[in-house]
Amino acid sequence: MELGPHAGFIVAAYAVAAVVIGALVAWVVLDHRAQSRALAELEDRGIGRPRRRS
Amino acid sequence: MLIRDLANPHRFLALARALVPAFAILAALLLGLGLVLGFRAPADYQQGETVRIMYVHVPAAWMALGTWVLMAASALGTLVWRHPLADVSAKAAAPIGAAFCLICLVTGALWGRPMWGAYWVWDARLTSVLVLFLLYLGVLALWRAIDDQNRAARAVAVLTLVGLVNIPIIKFSVDWWSTLHQPASVFRLSGSTIHPALLTPLFVMALGFAALFLALYLAAMRNEILRRRVRTAHILAATRAER
Repeated sequence: MELGPHAGFIVAAYAVAAVVIGALVAWVVLDHRAQSRALAELEDRGIGRPRRRS
Repeated sequence: MLIRDLANPHRFLALARALVPAFAILAALLLGLGLVLGFRAPADYQQGETVRIMYVHVPAAWMALGTWVLMAASALGTLVWRHPLADVSAKAAAPIGAAFCLICLVTGALWGRPMWGAYWVWDARLTSVLVLFLLYLGVLALWRAIDDQNRAARAVAVLTLVGLVNIPIIKFSVDWWSTLHQPASVFRLSGSTIHPALLTPLFVMALGFAALFLALYLAAMRNEILRRRVRTAHILAATRAER
């Protein structure tokens, strides 16, 4: 696709949006893993709520 | 379901477990479709191909403003109704709103350079959006600065409600002052000034951004609830160790 003389600006805009959104998704996913792991470790030590049986 | 029913974190977590993947899939589909439509849309007669930057810039701006309004509603939940999840909502939404605001500012600058000849001008619209970004950073800093989460929540709620004044200023800045930024062209009483061929991809992208926000927001709220459970468990462990 031909993006004309300002192609660099267009590509940069989409790249910035992709990087920022990618960082947000990574933050949410990694944070969820970290909190779930911490909670599971505490529950294994008998601290906090027992895990619900599925 | 009433807002009060969500006060039970178990119920909220069950709801989030179902909704997060649903909104994530919806966001992927809508953003994929929006990108295809956006890059197939004709070039604008004035902006040329650069109009394609609008398909990320405008939805990001709408989400940045909408997120602050959501945070203001959460602030009322904290200060007035004392809803247990109100400050969880405010804390989860802030980094997402800041990220959308950053996308808005950077893509706007990348559009401004070829169209206006400058990445930045201190006109009322750009400056008020920059103020919004600084307010987002202020909220994030405040959450980190105060250890007591209840005190932090109240301080953030007050700052959020004060910052709400900036939202109509952003919206109407292009009408109240002479700005280089174009006036409203989508939501107008007399109808949009944008051709449907360009408007359709814009709305699809906006829906995609909204679905993405909901997926991230619910997931971040879920994480915050888990973080509070971890903190409570640590306090419990420390109390037991002291006995």
